Amino acid sequence: MTLESPSDHAAVAVLLQPLDAGIEPALASLHARLVRSAQESHSLDIAYTVVDSPVGKLLLAATEHGVIRVAFERENHEAVLQLLANTVSPRILYAPSQLESAARQLDEYFSGTRKDFNLPLDFQLARGFRLNVLHHLPQIAYGRTESYAQVAQAAGSPKAVRAVGTACATNPLPVIVPCHRVVKSDGTFGGYLGGTEAKRRLLALEAAA
Amino acid sequence: MQRRQPVQTKRPFEAVAQEHGGTVLRVCRAVVGLHDADDAWSETFLAALQAYGALPADANVEAWLVTIAHRKCIDLIRSGNRRAVPVDQPPERPSKIGIPGDNQAELLNAIGQLPPKQRQAVAYHYLAGLPYRDIASLLGGTPDAARRAGSDGVKALRAMLREEPESVRAFLVHSTSMTASSVPASAKGEIR
Repeated sequence: MTLESPSDHAAVAVLLQPLDAGIEPALASLHARLVRSAQESHSLDIAYTVVDSPVGKLLLAATEHGVIRVAFERENHEAVLQLLANTVSPRILYAPSQLESAARQLDEYFSGTRKDFNLPLDFQLARGFRLNVLHHLPQIAYGRTESYAQVAQAAGSPKAVRAVGTACATNPLPVIVPCHRVVKSDGTFGGYLGGTEAKRRLLALEAAA
Repeated sequence: MQRRQPVQTKRPFEAVAQEHGGTVLRVCRAVVGLHDADDAWSETFLAALQAYGALPADANVEAWLVTIAHRKCIDLIRSGNRRAVPVDQPPERPSKIGIPGDNQAELLNAIGQLPPKQRQAVAYHYLAGLPYRDIASLLGGTPDAARRAGSDGVKALRAMLREEPESVRAFLVHSTSMTASSVPASAKGEIR
């Protein structure tokens, strides 16, 4: 059996090069077509997009039940998508049209014209006490804050102050589920997935509106 | 002491489409032509997305995609068949001075005149990098036969693209007689 030389392979690659003409625009429209047919046949488990915001680029991901994840740039979007692939489903496509209303509402929020979100949400990434905490957070009014201890009380476990911290730190839906409104009892910001600066900006935005 | 196997995870399908979309489209263009390639690609990636959940995490994703594309292309050839198939008497070759510099049309026309197995072997080996062993299991026959189909295909392409009509005609008539076509007779005689 004779093995072909790498140079032979390279020469054939050159011969076949004209197949590449116009391949980028073709792939772009084929991708859009794939997203459409995937949605029609319910083969897409997670759609995502990336939007600009005053706190950096945000990854938005949604299942057919609703928005499942909002991620800050510092969380590493690629790593977040891989985690979604591992824990929910790898059938994930970039499909901005699926997240139009989430993107629009976030835009309105960041420009100060929206005070609460009206979006279907998928909470499957949170369980137990953390989920209780997340369900309580939207009850903290826009522009107001609560301490970790107050949230622990409201979520039904007054002693679970640290667990409230963990629930906020692992909130899969930051900004939309307002964990940034939970601050330390001494008035300092406390930690935040998006960084302390992002938390400060969000609270400043809400205080100004 | 046994080492624990690293946990294999599957990448988001978007990454698969980004990484392999171009190769699969080139393969489809070569096998079914420019027009049908888009349909072949779409059906391949939709089927791949649907089956992706069940794909083993350590599978060779590109080879898997090419296998799906191979089947989708055959379906397209069987149903509509707008692709060139070899004929005993090739019609007049189109003028080369028609569209100056249109290398793609020229190449696609040449590939379209290859017998299906040569065309497939060239596409799977030279565009997708599949070893002839794997190509043989797609096309049937032995790895050596697949290798011959690939190298005969490349020779024929070189001859055609060098503008040697007489030698090409002789080559095509010769190679066609050796290759059993899997394409229905009703489809024959149609170029491009």
